[in-house]
Order: sequence, then structure tokens, then C-alpha cells
Amino acid sequence: MSSLLIRGGRVIDASRELDRVGDVIVRDGRIAEIGSNLGQADEVLDATNCIVCAGFIDTHVGVRDPGFEEDETTATATAAALAGGFTRIAALPDTLPVVDNAAAAEYVVLQAKRAGNCRVYPLGAVTRNHAGEELADLGQLARSGAVAFTDSTFPIASAEIMRRALEYARMFDRPIFVHPQDPTLTASGVMHEGYYSTALGLRGMPAAAEEIMVSRDIALAELTGGRIHLMSISTQGAVEQVRRAKQRGIKVTCDVTPHHLVLTDADMQKYDANYKVRPPLRTEEHVRALIDGLVDGTVDAISADHQPWASEKKDRELDQVPFGIVGLETLLPLCAKTLVEPGRLSWLQLISKLTTGPARILGWTEAGTLTTGVSADVTVIDPTASWTVDPAKFRSKSRNTPFGGWTMQGQVKAVVIGGEIRFRVTEV
Amino acid sequence: MSPSASPSAAPTALWNRPHLLGLQGLSAAELTIILDRAAEFKRLHAAGQTKLDHLKGVTVGNLFFEPSTRTKTSFSLAAKRLSADTVDFTASGSSLSKGETFIDTARNIEAMGVTQMVVRHSTSGAPYHLTKHLKAGVINAGDGTHEHPTQGLLDIFTIREHRGQIAGLTVALVGDILHSRVARSNIWGLTTLGAKVIVCGPATLIPPEIERLGVEISHSLDAIVPRTDVINLLRIQAERQRSAFFPSIYEYAHFFGMNGNRVQRARKDVLILAPGPINRGVELTPDVADGDRSVILDQVTNGLFIRMACLSLLHEARPVSGQH
Repeated sequence: MSSLLIRGGRVIDASRELDRVGDVIVRDGRIAEIGSNLGQADEVLDATNCIVCAGFIDTHVGVRDPGFEEDETTATATAAALAGGFTRIAALPDTLPVVDNAAAAEYVVLQAKRAGNCRVYPLGAVTRNHAGEELADLGQLARSGAVAFTDSTFPIASAEIMRRALEYARMFDRPIFVHPQDPTLTASGVMHEGYYSTALGLRGMPAAAEEIMVSRDIALAELTGGRIHLMSISTQGAVEQVRRAKQRGIKVTCDVTPHHLVLTDADMQKYDANYKVRPPLRTEEHVRALIDGLVDGTVDAISADHQPWASEKKDRELDQVPFGIVGLETLLPLCAKTLVEPGRLSWLQLISKLTTGPARILGWTEAGTLTTGVSADVTVIDPTASWTVDPAKFRSKSRNTPFGGWTMQGQVKAVVIGGEIRFRVTEV
Repeated sequence: MSPSASPSAAPTALWNRPHLLGLQGLSAAELTIILDRAAEFKRLHAAGQTKLDHLKGVTVGNLFFEPSTRTKTSFSLAAKRLSADTVDFTASGSSLSKGETFIDTARNIEAMGVTQMVVRHSTSGAPYHLTKHLKAGVINAGDGTHEHPTQGLLDIFTIREHRGQIAGLTVALVGDILHSRVARSNIWGLTTLGAKVIVCGPATLIPPEIERLGVEISHSLDAIVPRTDVINLLRIQAERQRSAFFPSIYEYAHFFGMNGNRVQRARKDVLILAPGPINRGVELTPDVADGDRSVILDQVTNGLFIRMACLSLLHEARPVSGQH
């Protein structure tokens, strides 16, 4: 009988709209009680002036192990996740080999156990080798732990394949995650198509490329009754379509990234590869639409869309470098800066986008919550602690971030998984 | 602010940029400094001073990561006319094919003592990227579809030479605006100096929101020909046809090619420019290319003086210039 007392924090449980100052007591790795002055325990974590909430969940993380260990390993990705407040991450299957079979999925689970940081769940490929041609072994992937299916950042060009995947995945009650970009309209693209792509002479990717695929995938979700999740949407049109589809009862969910809320296509004037992301950074009006979508519940979750790349891959010509930035360790302060500080979301609402929202996307009922009896996955954050991003100190193996040098508020102080303190900031 | 109002020695003091990456952001005064310096070099040349010593003891690197004949030759000759030594690098048959990055290539060339780097690259922004890795001054000799500042300057120089000034003129840029770095440099430079710019081409080759650069958009060459002072015919690449930007070269030439009939309907003193290399019969017919309104060869000649001006001004702006 081991016990842990998380004392004196502002306890926020989005699963039941709880927001009160108090103690959380954990016994045998499970949430035992939330209340005032709950007395003593084997171990005490002081949470005075901090927020105590369920551990964050990221539904799509580039872990890149196996095959791309120069970018990231399971050990470094999960260490970065812990430092960012995440207790559960789902690993993208765009590894080498691709996670399109049971053995590959089991490797992901095994590596996570070896690392011993946060919980890791495999995402299985929709199509064999992400080629978009034939279905991967979806049933066996599900049995080996795959919590959803996705072809990662590769769009599934064939509507026929997408239809069959949605139908087939229904049998296992797993959603299909898509990266909605029409491949013919985004080919060789570097940034959002608009004024800045014109002025900078960089190949554009129009907002329509995303809106077309969102429209198609919503229509297929309606046709098949399957569950579709749109990863990292970035356009006003996509938000509007998801809003209407949800009103009509179609099983569609979506998430956004913090960088699409903080940056715009104007940042590409720096010709810096750390701003080259997919979908591309858009204009102010798209950013406003994404935030409105978060506020009214159209957007279910926020994902870092963590995409680590070794420096030799990013320090190249802009049209040659891969898309994406590391994001696990900077997600919280960016969200606080963009959403909480301007008063668009309360802390409870923001935490829902990081806990209950992603849990709902994956169909998890016992995650993202502090309900009595669930496994004690808890994150403690200091909402007012100010810190400066120093990429050299990232736990992630990669440093590809545009936020180096940014001073922001909101810092993860401790992370508890299954009642055990796995991460803790030691004060200097 | 009028540069002509300044004392004769003052303008050079205004040029203090270590790099020339584009014409975007250059002031009218800065543009005029370059144009005036080029005019001075042209006068000296006409007076028989073909070899000057502005860059004596300086080594200029010509880094061409993308093939070029005329720009590279022009820069190389410009450096030599100023008594510089030159190191030429061309991508084909180089260490790039052995996997070296363009940054490492540039740093290796710089390590040979190069303080001025002329860079041509197929990726927009590549010269800007190099400025973060090099101590040398960088001159953009064309980057992707972004800018080609010396080409823009030599076009403007040629127009000014024939017309005396840029302000008040109407200049049409015709053809593939979307993929043209020459178009962008012309737009920034010409509009800053007070010209009205019309971009004219098929709708597929006009990039989005270009009107925010202060230009007018037209899809009819016939409609704009009578009201332009200058027509600059940008190169059309045949491979664009395969990407469905236009149905055929024939159809392109029919609507956007400059021919004798269109010259007839133009102003008597219209200037015909083309950055080249030209496709005879596509952007313009041979009678126009070789006709009395064409200043295409003047552009090539002037390009040399513009590049001499840029090389010398950048060298003088270096904090350590003249120290060794």
C-alpha cells in the first residue's frame, strides 16, 4: 500500500468540470480521493500555487523509432513528453519499417516499456508501407495495441481506399486519423499560398487543398459510419466543415497544433526551415477561425504534432528540408500565451483540450480524468512560472523549433504516472 | 531625399548594406546609388578605362548551384574589370554530387579567402540562408523564383538610360510572373522608383495576391500595348506547358508573344526588353528581337556595369575594407 499526496494545488478535472483548491491522494497507483486536508501519505508533492490536472494526452507524436534514431528514439521522445506534461502519447507509424503489422506494433510497446517514461500507444498504418494502395493488417494491429490507424503525414489519395479503411476499422472500433491535404495541390509546396508565397517566391499550398480533403473525408465518414479524426487542421474552411458535420451527427473529430495558433505565413520571411510545417502556417484570419473552433468545441484537442528532425536534415535548402517542428516541450506555454492569457479559454477549457478531448478521440474512458479509481496519471503545472525556451536543453533529441529564446509563462513542475513521480523540476 | 539634390560625394556614403539579396526593401536613394555608380563605370569604360582597381587584392567567389551562362560570365568579367581575383564554382561535377551541402561548399570556397560571394541557387532564400553561415558579403545572382536583383537593376538602368528617369513610366512585365525572379526584382525596383507596373500573362502564371505588391494585373497584351512605355518579355519555359499552365506554346505566343503587329500598335518610342535567353517566335518574334525598339543587347552590356557597381559598393561597405 503506497500512497502519494499532491497537496494544496488548484485541482482541475475537465471530465467533471471540477476546479477547486485541494489535495489529491493516490493509493496503489490510483486516484483515491480529492478533498481538503487529506492528511498524510508515504510521499508528498507540494502543489501550492500550481494546477493539478490529469496527465496530457497527445494523439499523434513522431517518435521515429525504429529507423530514424538520428532524429529521435523512444527514450528521448518519451522523456520530452514527460517534460511537456504528457502521460500518454500515440506514436505515429511512419517509421522504418512502417508500423503496418503486428510485430512492428509490438516493438513500439516494448521500446516504451524499456524507456520507462510515459505511456506509449502505437498507431497502426492504414495502408501497407504508407503506400496508399492496400490495407495494412488492421485487425492484427488493433490486437497488438494499435489505438487508431493513420498513414501519418501521407494523404490517402484514393477515396476508395479511405472508404474501405473506414468500413473495416469500424469492426475494431478504431478511428482513422488523416492528414487532410490534397497531394496534387500541395506537391512541392513549401508554405501557405498567398501574398507571402508570392513575395518570397516559394511554392504555395492553397487552403483549398485541405478543405477538399476534409470535405471528402467527412462525406466518407457519413457514408460508412466510421470514425474519422482530422489531424492538425489549419484552415477556416476546415473548421466550418467540421462544425457543420458535428451538428449533423457525423463521427468526426479534429485537433490543431499550438504553432498554427501562434505563427503565421508572414514568419516565412525569415526563410527559416523551422517555420516549414505541414499543413503550412496560415494567415491571421485562419488562426482566428482555429481559436474560435477551440472556443466553441468544434476543435476537440490540441496536439504538438511533434516532428523531430536531426539538424543536418533541417539546415538545408528550404525546398529540400522536411516539414515539422518539435513541440512536446513547448506546447503548454504556447497554449497559455495564445489561449488563456488573452481570455479565449479558461484553464479548465485548455486542460480539456489536452486531456478529455484526446481521450474522447481515442474512445478512452479511463484516461484524461481524475475520477476516483482511475490510474493516477497526473500533471502538475505552475501557470505563472516564466521561463525561456533553450532548445539545447530539450529532452528531445532534435532541436528544430522556431521558439528558441521565447520567454513564456506556464511550466510543467511534475508528472505522475500510475502513482509514481516520473518527472519533477528541481528548483535551483 | 532626392538623390540628385545630394552633394556628388555623398550618395556612396548612404550605401551600407553588407549583402544584396533583393530589391525589396531598398530605398529609391539606394537604388539610385547603384544606378549612378554603374553609369559612372560605363562612362569610364567609354573613355577607355577598361580596367579599374576598386577590388584589387579582393577575391570574388562565383557560386553557381544552378546553370547560368550570361549572369556568371557577366559577374566574372565585372570582377576582373575591377581587378579582383575570381574563384568560380559550378554545381555540375562538383562535390555537391558527392553529398556535400551547399553551405559546406560555400564555406570551403570562403576559406580560400573569398570576401564577396556571388550566389545563384534554384531554391528561393538560399543566398539569405548563406549569409547566416558566411562572413563574406553575398550578392544574389538569382534564387529560385524569388529575386534576381542585378537583372532587375540592369533592366531599370537600361530603361533610365533611354528615358532619363523611371518615375511616371508604365512598364509591362509579360509572361510567366509566377515562376519569375526577374519579375519580382523588377516590380520592387520599378515601383520604388515611381513607375507604374502592369503584370500581364495567362491567369495560371500570375501568382495570388500580387496586386498587393502595387501592380496592375492584365490578361490581355493587346489591351495594354498602346499604353505602355516599356514591355519586358519574360522567358517562358516549355516544361510549364506539361504542368497545364497553358495549353500550348502556339497558343501562348498567339496571346502573349510580341510580334510586329503589336509593335505597330505600341507607342513609337516603346522599349522592348527581354532578360533572356529568348525563345524566338515564342516571347517575341525575330523581327521584334532584332528591331529598332529592342534594347536586348543594351541590357547585356549594362549588366556588366551594374555588377561592377554592386561588387564595388558592397566591398566599400565592408567594415574592414581597405585594411589589407
